[in-house]
Amino acid sequence: MRGRLARRLIGSTMTGVTYGAAALAILPLAVIFIMLLVKGAGSLDLNFFIKSAVPVGELGGGFAHAIVGTLIIVGLACLIGVPIGVATGIFLAEFGGGRFGFTVRFVADVLNGVPSIVIGIFAWTWLVKPMGHFSALAGGFALGMILVPIVARTTEEMVRLVPNSLREAALALGYPRWRTSLQVVVRSVAAGIVTGCLVAVARVAGETAPLLFTALGNQFFSTRLLGPMAALPLQIYAYALGPYDEWHRQAWAGALVLIVLVLALSLIARAVVRAKRQHA
Amino acid sequence: MTNPPATTPPAKAAPPAQAAPATVPRLATDALTAWYGGVSGVRDVTLACRENTVTALIGPSGCGKSTLLRSLNRMHELVPGARVAGRVLLDGYDIYDTGINPVQVRRRIGMVFQRPTPFPTMTIAENVAAGLAVGPPIARAERDRVIEHSLRRAALWDEVKDRLHDSPMNLSGGQQQRLCVARTVAPEPEVILLDEPTASLDPAGTAHIEELVQELKREFTVVIVTHNLQQAGRVSDVTAFFYLGELIEVGPTSRMFTAPQKPQTEAYITGRFG
Repeated sequence: MRGRLARRLIGSTMTGVTYGAAALAILPLAVIFIMLLVKGAGSLDLNFFIKSAVPVGELGGGFAHAIVGTLIIVGLACLIGVPIGVATGIFLAEFGGGRFGFTVRFVADVLNGVPSIVIGIFAWTWLVKPMGHFSALAGGFALGMILVPIVARTTEEMVRLVPNSLREAALALGYPRWRTSLQVVVRSVAAGIVTGCLVAVARVAGETAPLLFTALGNQFFSTRLLGPMAALPLQIYAYALGPYDEWHRQAWAGALVLIVLVLALSLIARAVVRAKRQHA
Repeated sequence: MTNPPATTPPAKAAPPAQAAPATVPRLATDALTAWYGGVSGVRDVTLACRENTVTALIGPSGCGKSTLLRSLNRMHELVPGARVAGRVLLDGYDIYDTGINPVQVRRRIGMVFQRPTPFPTMTIAENVAAGLAVGPPIARAERDRVIEHSLRRAALWDEVKDRLHDSPMNLSGGQQQRLCVARTVAPEPEVILLDEPTASLDPAGTAHIEELVQELKREFTVVIVTHNLQQAGRVSDVTAFFYLGELIEVGPTSRMFTAPQKPQTEAYITGRFG
């Protein structure tokens, strides 16, 4: 009898401990989100979304230039990073058995660990310095470079999940290798690949360091790809370090918008997977 | 055979569809040996399959029957380190000859696998037409006609005619396997290879497929690998017994099961080893 009670007690305690650990893991996100809501939600008004920065002392300014800037730079990053990343992932999964594949995989893993500021310096050396000016293009390129290894690895993992029997069925019908890869294999995990891309995009949307010396930031509303451009993280950084309360207020609001953007992308990613699963 | 040969004939002479004389077997092997790296899966097999017959390959696990089957449509070479020596003759022409494109070979020798593998992102109709997509361009009306004809030949038309544009994943295992058969026959191959097609099916599904094999042999030449001796007895005209990578004995099914000539054949058939 005592043995059974002790067993039940230990079992319940361990279950409780794991629940507690999970709660502890969610806690930081919950705290951050609540804190941003409390501090930033009050400063969100229409002006915030449609007006750009105004001179100090004036009221009614906003982050429109930063929001649009982030959208443009992240859009550029996707254009550059997603096709290369997805194609690399497909290559690694379908043809990546040999030494070349091993090398590519190794390089991708190393790139995944390179600090983003180093990527920024790299982009500065190869794009900003030769061009002679900061640009959104360089910022997009830097973020794209961060995207490529992430998307490549998640795409590879998804494509690897496709059972070999599916490949064999296509090959036995007389499908050439490339058509098997694209029309049969990749199509069956398209939802998973999209999810991987969305999660990676959510991650780079918040990167600040690589944009410091590529896009630089801009006080004015600009959509010129070859000139400096504002971005949410940059603007938050600039305003948070400034001495004015008005700026601090807006920085909190900007941080809230950024985290909502990241959350929205992640939720859309999950919705895509669920929709595809139900459709199938 | 009513189809013209493949549109991109191999560099060597293309096997003409109607010209093969009656004495040349539809599919034959000549001293065929297949290796996985350094180990041979099947050695020195010489076998002939006449047109419109069902040949069963039987033998215990690991005897090389699946390896042989995969060598017949050049699927074996897809395994890294795999190698084939000897000849496989389709209407008298060696499919392993230099200059022959294996992709073209696989369009003329179709294969149905052990587990049903419908393409999950395509509808039922698209699945059946999947083999047509890599052949010569085909008009929409003709494509629909071929889809219906193939599903009828696979004895699946009545069950799916109202849901041709649904996902195949909701079909039962037996229906999915019949869909795979329909998909295989749609491009009108000359030979159909079946690799333990009923291994993952229930008895009703198995019975359907076995009936199907009898129907299929009227238009195609069929080679079937089976673990199930009774199935071999039920569906095949010729049976070939393999053991440890070698062809031990081959002959008409009725004789093989009643009066086998080799002792190993008799031992296997009477169940002394499995």
